[in-house]
Amino acid sequence: MANLERRKRRRGLVAINGAMTLIVIFLVAQVWLLSATLETFFAGHTGAVLPAAIFSGLAFLGCMALNLLVTRVDQESRKP
Amino acid sequence: MPLLRSPSKEPLWKDEFSVFTSDERYVTRRQFTKFLTLASLGMFVGNLWILAKAYFTKTPSFPSVAVAEVGEIPIRGLKLFAYPTPQDHCILIRTGEEEYVAYSQECTHLSCAVYFSAKEDRLECPCHQGFFSVKDGSVLQGPPPRPLPRIILETDGPRLLAVGVKGS
Repeated sequence: MANLERRKRRRGLVAINGAMTLIVIFLVAQVWLLSATLETFFAGHTGAVLPAAIFSGLAFLGCMALNLLVTRVDQESRKP
Repeated sequence: MPLLRSPSKEPLWKDEFSVFTSDERYVTRRQFTKFLTLASLGMFVGNLWILAKAYFTKTPSFPSVAVAEVGEIPIRGLKLFAYPTPQDHCILIRTGEEEYVAYSQECTHLSCAVYFSAKEDRLECPCHQGFFSVKDGSVLQGPPPRPLPRIILETDGPRLLAVGVKGS
């Protein structure tokens, strides 16, 4: 029983680690996107502003979804 | 409520912080994930702010100003003028019989004044050896990150008019 519990927790931990890694990747992409958009905007080019905002929004939605996944997996792994 | 601690085999810190290490790690990771998601929201808001700035910033309207007479300067010659404000120094170059180009005289690196080198056929910034093409103002060499802003020219009879700035 305790072994099953431990395995369940370990699996939950792997899922959380994976989700966190993905969130970090999304965040790094967003940081790059923001700095590149700011630079092009200050250079007087506005063509990339809308696609950058859309992709940043999608990355944020991805982060939200992963955050919900982390919360759910965490709750599941804590269930007796 | 007892004033003295009841005898226990566990050390005091274990009694007071009765949280399992694994549980503590779970909570920390979840909070860290929340923090990362908030940071992601911040990045998105930043992009939205740039989008709003781009859409709600009015495009500047430029006056139409006579800067020279047609044929006033010789071929490969130049004339300095200010456009659109007296603080914006520009350089007008006659590159051919009927061809004129004009650029902002401020280097896009650190705003030193660029000059026209007829011998090398390029605009040169003496501060850090930044060179620009006379044809389109693009960077040929050196640290400038962007081309020189180009002054849009039109002819109105014998007059050469500056009507706008491209890439400012």
